[in-house]
Amino acid sequence: MTTLRKQIGDFTRLRYKRRKTLSLWMTFLLSLAAISACAALFAVFGYVIIQGVPHLTLSFFTGLPKPVGEVGGGMLNALVGSVLMVFLASVVGIPWGIATGMYLSEYGRGRFAFCVRFCSDMLSSVPSIVIGLFVYVLMVKPMHRFSGLAGSLALALIMVPIVARNTEELLKLVPQHIREAGLALGIPRWKVTLWIVLRGSLGGITTGVMLGIARIAGETAPLLFTALNNRFFSIAPDQPMASLPVQIYTYAIAPFEDWNRQAWSGAFVLILFVFMLNIVTRIVLRPGRGSVRD
Amino acid sequence: MSESILKAENLNAWFGPVQALKNIDLEFSPHSVTALIGPSGCGKSTFVRCLNRLHEEVPGATAQGKVILQGKNIYDVAVDPVLIRRKIGMVFQKPNPFPSLSIMENVVAGLKLAGIRRKSILMEVTERSLKQAALWDEVKDKLNQPGTSLSGGQQQRLCIARALAVEPPILLMDEPTSALDPISTAKIEELVVQLKKNMTVIMVTHNMQQAARISDKTAFFLLGDLVEFGETSSVFTVPREKRTEQYITGKFG
Amino acid sequence: MIKPPKRKDVRRADRVFFGVIRSLSALIVLALVSMGLFLFDASELAIKKNGFVSFILSSEWDPVQDAYGALPVIFGTVVSSLLSLLIAFPLSVGIALFLNEIAPAKLARVTGFLVEMLAAIPSVIYGLWGIFVLLPWLRVHVQPFLISKLGFLPLFQGPAYGVGMFSAGLILSLMILPTISSIAREVFAAIPRIQRESALALGATRWEMIKLAVLKSSKGGLFGAMMLGLGRALGETMAVTMVIGNRAQIVSSLFAPAQTMASVIANEYAEATSDIHLSSLALVGLLLFLVTFVTSSIARILIWRVK
Repeated sequence: MTTLRKQIGDFTRLRYKRRKTLSLWMTFLLSLAAISACAALFAVFGYVIIQGVPHLTLSFFTGLPKPVGEVGGGMLNALVGSVLMVFLASVVGIPWGIATGMYLSEYGRGRFAFCVRFCSDMLSSVPSIVIGLFVYVLMVKPMHRFSGLAGSLALALIMVPIVARNTEELLKLVPQHIREAGLALGIPRWKVTLWIVLRGSLGGITTGVMLGIARIAGETAPLLFTALNNRFFSIAPDQPMASLPVQIYTYAIAPFEDWNRQAWSGAFVLILFVFMLNIVTRIVLRPGRGSVRD
Repeated sequence: MSESILKAENLNAWFGPVQALKNIDLEFSPHSVTALIGPSGCGKSTFVRCLNRLHEEVPGATAQGKVILQGKNIYDVAVDPVLIRRKIGMVFQKPNPFPSLSIMENVVAGLKLAGIRRKSILMEVTERSLKQAALWDEVKDKLNQPGTSLSGGQQQRLCIARALAVEPPILLMDEPTSALDPISTAKIEELVVQLKKNMTVIMVTHNMQQAARISDKTAFFLLGDLVEFGETSSVFTVPREKRTEQYITGKFG
Repeated sequence: MIKPPKRKDVRRADRVFFGVIRSLSALIVLALVSMGLFLFDASELAIKKNGFVSFILSSEWDPVQDAYGALPVIFGTVVSSLLSLLIAFPLSVGIALFLNEIAPAKLARVTGFLVEMLAAIPSVIYGLWGIFVLLPWLRVHVQPFLISKLGFLPLFQGPAYGVGMFSAGLILSLMILPTISSIAREVFAAIPRIQRESALALGATRWEMIKLAVLKSSKGGLFGAMMLGLGRALGETMAVTMVIGNRAQIVSSLFAPAQTMASVIANEYAEATSDIHLSSLALVGLLLFLVTFVTSSIARILIWRVK
């Protein structure tokens, strides 16, 4: 027995250096992976700033697109269109998502709830272009017209599962005894759900809602053939409507330098909006949630 | 009394700003079983985890002081904790065989890390360790099944076998029976007494009868202090300290 | 403040509330089911004319000739997605391991946040960046180098256009990286700390601990993370459309332009005029819907099991 112990000891000493070196190398490689991801983020964000900021003039926010070949103009129509469609999508998507989240968390046992949960997960992984296609068939074709409304519906469908699952997860964190305390006071269940359970996790739900807004604000694919685009200023929801992402796309693939420049400026505005929402929700609204250890 | 095999000198430990151990001096003699008792949160688990430098793996946790293993301070800057842990085996509170490994792979995991691959040696060690852990007869026909397929008590003995496979001179046990039923507990207690022939066992337990049954010496911890240390028989019958007496008579904890 | 209402009213209010949120939930199921049905309905013409199987198997997509075979776009989708997985999967697992097992908590928090921000960048901005930053760089530096060194392989032949499968795969890998790494982090975080400690207590180095206690017991979850990444890559539209070159063809070289299922829809749907063209595109959409449905179901099941 002691010979084996000695053998192991010898082995240990001999191989230990190699094992330690390997461990250090792997640690290095893993950190390199993380560094490269951060580098990619900075490369994208940095270029958007470098290319986008210098041409960000006042007329970018106040002007309308100029005809092909003319320099200048702005994206007012696209900015307003985006705001309008995101707003309309939120009006539908937020209550719908929160209601579903409440159902899943408060009543969500059994086969039907499982089905809802599954479908909601599936809906969130349907490619957004397919959602656009669906809304086209559902709305644009029968109405014979591209419209801001159709674009909003497509965005709402993307938003609902995000809000729903986030709401469900947050409400599930509310301890059971809080519900019971409310029920024991004779408060009806719907009031307990709305005024005690839901209100208690409003902060977290806002987070989910804001992340949902950030997500749909940048969506392009579902708008391509629902809201289409509009060179003119229009806030009529039953008409084709411009949006910032679609405008960036159009300008990015166009062979005009001025349009390309405006695409960068648009990208800067968009990325700033999205990042701000993300930073606010992640840092301000949920402090202390970071490490996944343990 | 022979020379001590492991000795803590002036050992302090923290979790972030909270001090969990205060100036602990404690010696362990070879071929003995030492029980560490005390109410939960008293630092006894932290103490054993300092002995193989596992404490510092917890984010934010730090330790300071000396732990002398066979004449060398393991808290020396030049010492690599990985090498220390080969000489000090450890068994945890909850049985935790590696879920993706078979029974045999679990037993020889430590040897494989050291680079020993020869089938004959691995087989020999598996049999010996499992016999030592009194598990051989129950698993010898299913060595290739996953370690997690065993019952809780068997899993814990598998973990003991896993620790024994590299023949550490010292074995740390952190409440090894607290998650087990009485029969499994009895088996493991019996095992510990057997193990004493080959090694030094340091065992944390919250069960005072267990400490009284199997240990040679007992150390009583309270709020990060070592209150009393001595022969088990005297600690339990004629404690020097009032607090020890209160604890073992069930006044608190 | 709240007056105890009559018993009957309470029940009715509860019932109404329950009814409302339950039907809104049902609407999600309805949305998903009708998505499949509507797409099927819209693609009926294409199925009738060509047959489903021959639609998938015929290798010519040319709207001018009224030829609608989906094989080239299926090929483009599969190859670009696999390419992106090949790059993104090891990187993401590496990132997740670094964040969960190596980096100190503060560093992990900041880095984790930055990696998550990669997921927040809109697809169209990746595309813009791809066109004006990535493509020129690839065309001038990377592709000529690969052609000169590995040009004997059919994968790296032909002129360096910049646009093409290779660029699409690279951009895609950047976009699915945060998805995979965040799921991988969850999978790793579900492994009890005691398992890591027992590996360390056996005298494992940090890397050996990662292999023994972390990687070995998270194969299923990592596979789920990979499938989820795959699902995202398959359906990703804008960035791919902007850098892949948009030519529906099956060529061995990764540097050649290609077309994916999503990008062909994005490119042609708004301008398609003939019914058969629209219907064929809808059928591509239906196919994409079904494929992502399958991959994400597999992914969810695997990930749910971990949790």
